[in-house]
Amino acid sequence: MPYIVLSVIKLLIVVLILMHVLAYLQWVERKVIAHVQLRVGPRRVGPHGLLQPLADVIKLVTKEGMLPSHVNTPFYFLAPFIAVLFALIPMCLIPYGGDITVFGIHTTMQVTDVSVGVLLVFGLSGMGVYGVALAGWASNNKYSLMGGLRSSAQMISYELPMAMAIAAPLLILNTLSFRHMVDGQAGFYFGFIPKWTIFQGPIPQIFSFILFMIAAFAETNRVPFDLPEAENELVAGFHTEYSSMTFAAFFMAEYANMITVSCIATLLFLGGWHPLWPAAYGSSFLAPVIFAASGLVCFSHGLRPARPLDRITLPVFGVLFLGLAALFLIPAGQQILIPLFWFGAKTGFILFVFIWVRATLPRFRYDQLMGFAWTFMFPVALINLFVTALGVALS
Amino acid sequence: MPFPPFSLVAGVPLTWYLTLSVILFALGVAGFLFRRNIITVFMSIELMLNAVNLTFIAFSYKLKQNDGHIFSFFVMVVAAAEAAVGLAIILTVFKNRQTLEIDEVSSLKD
Amino acid sequence: MDIVLFLLFAGVAVVCALNLVIQKHPIASALSLIGVMAALAAIYLQLGGEFIAAAQLVVYAGAIMVLFVFVIMLLNEGKERKAKRLLWVSIGGLPLLFVFVALIHFMITHLLPASENVQFGGFTDGTAAAIGTKLFTAYLLPFEVTSVLILIAIVGAIVLARKEVD
Repeated sequence: MPYIVLSVIKLLIVVLILMHVLAYLQWVERKVIAHVQLRVGPRRVGPHGLLQPLADVIKLVTKEGMLPSHVNTPFYFLAPFIAVLFALIPMCLIPYGGDITVFGIHTTMQVTDVSVGVLLVFGLSGMGVYGVALAGWASNNKYSLMGGLRSSAQMISYELPMAMAIAAPLLILNTLSFRHMVDGQAGFYFGFIPKWTIFQGPIPQIFSFILFMIAAFAETNRVPFDLPEAENELVAGFHTEYSSMTFAAFFMAEYANMITVSCIATLLFLGGWHPLWPAAYGSSFLAPVIFAASGLVCFSHGLRPARPLDRITLPVFGVLFLGLAALFLIPAGQQILIPLFWFGAKTGFILFVFIWVRATLPRFRYDQLMGFAWTFMFPVALINLFVTALGVALS
Repeated sequence: MPFPPFSLVAGVPLTWYLTLSVILFALGVAGFLFRRNIITVFMSIELMLNAVNLTFIAFSYKLKQNDGHIFSFFVMVVAAAEAAVGLAIILTVFKNRQTLEIDEVSSLKD
Repeated sequence: MDIVLFLLFAGVAVVCALNLVIQKHPIASALSLIGVMAALAAIYLQLGGEFIAAAQLVVYAGAIMVLFVFVIMLLNEGKERKAKRLLWVSIGGLPLLFVFVALIHFMITHLLPASENVQFGGFTDGTAAAIGTKLFTAYLLPFEVTSVLILIAIVGAIVLARKEVD
């Protein structure tokens, strides 16, 4: 099959799945924050609020798009376009699984494998600063300008510790390409400890992982670093003057950035799509076991429903989960589904940490935030890089 | 004349890259000479540096050595240092003269 | 396929460069320059310079241009006023530019020795490993000197742009 046709098909699959994941990530966030705060979250639109993202999309699309008269119109419309563009392009560079053979075509679960993948993704997420700065400036509004400049200054300040936190495991993995990076984390120590970068010798990269996570929180403007867009500061920061579809664009860009940094953390530190323990000890059966257990839990809760409608919806979900578990047992699809499950599980765990931290921590003041970047994160990342380099050089 | 006037399977002739570089350089020179805003003049200088980078990489392909890539990398680094100091100077000029037009910063003339 | 991609990105680069020279507002010029740099990064990828393409995006389009955009937003001067130019400059400027381009184009096409066509994948030494090896062995001294240069630039920028404390 010609390379172009294959790439277009892969792109379409990635886009389809990505759009759904973006929409449902918002649902997951609202439900998790709600349950942390001992309430229920959305539950009216569809069973357990599952159609809430659809309702939100319809609302945002049909809302009256206001164009304020005082804004700088071409830049006002260019800014969300730039934000979304540079948030979605890295999705093409990330591998979601290993080599597969589908209908006789031998390919990889990645749209394209560039040999400088990490550097390109880092550069593209650095270009997302323009969307924010331009939005703040084009709105012709002092609060937006302040929010935009603060947000961009925060993003570029935290790019430095993030780059150094990325450089440390690269010294051990010795490659910039994502695929070779994950191949370097295959295998197990003593037969059961996975060779992920956070466990790998000569220096386990736990500090780099923590530094990268903190820098990732700041890069994506998430709590505790979300002062520039918090609603009780600066009105709403750089997206004050935006409504309906353009606001949805910034929203989508923020979630896409979150997914991108989670995928990078998984590939760099958590071993990509390799399982937690060897397949010889049954790690391929983790996915069907989890889904079957969820199905049984749904059935058991359906027998004693907490709310009247749960008598119907929970058994339906139980059946769906059992069907998913059966899907993982078909040998034909296992080469695609098992690596995808592990990659999704690790990325999902990191996204859950993002949401968990949002529900738990208060936010930093702006000068505390910037001081933290320059007086703490930068020296610590430098020392971490130096220690890792020393370890690699001496071994 | 057959359409298109070039073969669709052969590669791109190297002279096309050099011509593109000349066009970008000429546009940079035009911006440098004809614009009044200091920052736009500075950006035209960056455009000229980019054109030169393209020439380095094109010749590096022709000679099959990656020294051109390394020169290009050094050009980028020097451009970064120059941009930092140049913009600091522009900020100082703005603080003292309250204008960004190069025609008005002319008190040393005559 | 190579030619189509090259013409596409070259077209984007030339249009953005024209836009840079023509636009009155410096922010529009800055965004056009970012467009030029992104198009050039794609062209570098075609010429086999993967590391340089990534460095162009990270350093040039992602850091230097952010500096420019910040300074333009901070100073907020707005559009440029129309310039008063000498007559021979207004009439003869553009034709002189065309003559310059045509002259160098002639020199390129007729005076350079013939070379093969550029195809994607024809040059494989542009990876980070190859450039890194050369940078740290043959070009070690310039590398260290540029790091000192960057330090000088940092100190210079801070000294120039700080507030005077009386």
